[in-house]
Amino acid sequence: MSDVYIVGIDMIPFGRYPQCTVAGLGAEAALLALDDAGLTIRDMQALYCGNLLEAHLMVGQRILREIGQTGIAAVNTANACATGATAFREGLIAIKAGMYDLVLAVGVEQMGKGLLGGAKRSDGFVEEGVLGSGTMPSMFAQVGIEHSRKYGTSFEQFARVAVKNHHHSTMNPKAMSRRETPLEEVMAAEMISYPNTKLMCSINVDGAAAAVIASESATRRLGLMDRAVRVRASELTSGPYTPHVFALPDFNLVTRNCARLAYDAAGMSIDDVDLIELHDCFATAELVHYENLGLCAAGEAGRLIDSGETALGGRIPVNVSGGLLSKGHPLGATGIANLYEITTHLRTAAEQRQVEGARIGMTHVVGGTHDRGSACVIHILEKA
Amino acid sequence: MTDEASALPAVPFLRFDDAGGAYLQGSRCANCGAVAPGDRVVCNACGARGRTESIRLCEHGNLYSYTIVYRSFPGVRTPFIAAVVELEGGGALKGTLLGVPADPEQIPFGMPVEIVYRGTGQTSAEGRPFVSYYFAPVGALQ
Repeated sequence: MSDVYIVGIDMIPFGRYPQCTVAGLGAEAALLALDDAGLTIRDMQALYCGNLLEAHLMVGQRILREIGQTGIAAVNTANACATGATAFREGLIAIKAGMYDLVLAVGVEQMGKGLLGGAKRSDGFVEEGVLGSGTMPSMFAQVGIEHSRKYGTSFEQFARVAVKNHHHSTMNPKAMSRRETPLEEVMAAEMISYPNTKLMCSINVDGAAAAVIASESATRRLGLMDRAVRVRASELTSGPYTPHVFALPDFNLVTRNCARLAYDAAGMSIDDVDLIELHDCFATAELVHYENLGLCAAGEAGRLIDSGETALGGRIPVNVSGGLLSKGHPLGATGIANLYEITTHLRTAAEQRQVEGARIGMTHVVGGTHDRGSACVIHILEKA
Repeated sequence: MTDEASALPAVPFLRFDDAGGAYLQGSRCANCGAVAPGDRVVCNACGARGRTESIRLCEHGNLYSYTIVYRSFPGVRTPFIAAVVELEGGGALKGTLLGVPADPEQIPFGMPVEIVYRGTGQTSAEGRPFVSYYFAPVGALQ
């Protein structure tokens, strides 16, 4: 089977755009990605749109109303924090299947401030505080504490993730937050759900990112191979059974399963990967994914963050974009925005934050809730 | 005036017996042994159909993980301890841990806990009280 390529990709700076609509933000990213490829909407044979909070409101069609109603297939996807990556993957699958040569994938989200979700059930009962907690920072705090229980990982080690990613963000003009946060400041920030302080939580922002995906023949025909990035693996898993599944959603096994599939598909190991954008929705999450993705052995994540090897300039830089902790986490956009970051490095266009000599990069998103399940997508990209 | 008969369970798998006593209904798969809260027709662990049997979930377990919640939704009193407990005999539940200070130094992993039933202070639109299960260190709330 022939390869599939990213030939155009971009994102809008993540931030707050209360005056805009979801369709407007998505359209902006779509046009940027088309411009990056030097193509127009008339070249696109299908649109794959990822959006979570307006999943039933035909966001893909609304984007086409903004940028050109050519009548192409529009597919709307929703898959928790893997929403944008799932949309991208559906487009890639259609090209692999030989149905299309050129498709557009857009991820977009407009979010309020503060904690996601609400307290009240339809019968009026408030579970929060009675049945533990269902907030995102709480779930990922429990995931971190599970790691502490097994391996003694400390509050300080989790906090170092925020120090690192916020440092990276100072070099990314498209990040929402771009300032250094020393360890003392991270640890002394308002405690949200122990051990995650406010500076260890991703920011709810608006954002959009888009990619033009092409078959090998279209990439060659259009003369786009020079800036193209080859997709070496695109895998999606759902949360498998674990004995804790009704109490704590699984983000670990679902990621391990997905990583194994991705490494197999690419015929690679973690040793081949030059940089990673992984799902640091909370500082605690980044450390557990070091092990889930194989950056270090089980129990070594705390030592890995302490060593500095995952910082820019280290052995395997993680989240040099600033990660979700600094860029912000517009749910549906995140999975394409991290493909943008990796592509930018593989094109040697990341300027200050460039990972030198980057040839292979990996993206990872995972999300879910305790009463539903989880979803994980991993992509491995290679300089074409 | 409310009595046990009019109480509403906070979760569907919390049931009341004929004497009004609360218990937690669960199921165990005869094929793979997986334990789940509530009744099931198909086992979510192994996919076996029609092999699950109704059980009462064990009311003793051990603290598996937790967080101390300081910031929650508007109107929710904080801090509280949001715990994950592994039940003896299988299964795991999320819930609020009572009877322990909200201090990581005083929340040992693996701590034996028991399930206790309490009014939640919340009532339905019809004025019926919601009753829930909570976790507490064994004997702490006797």
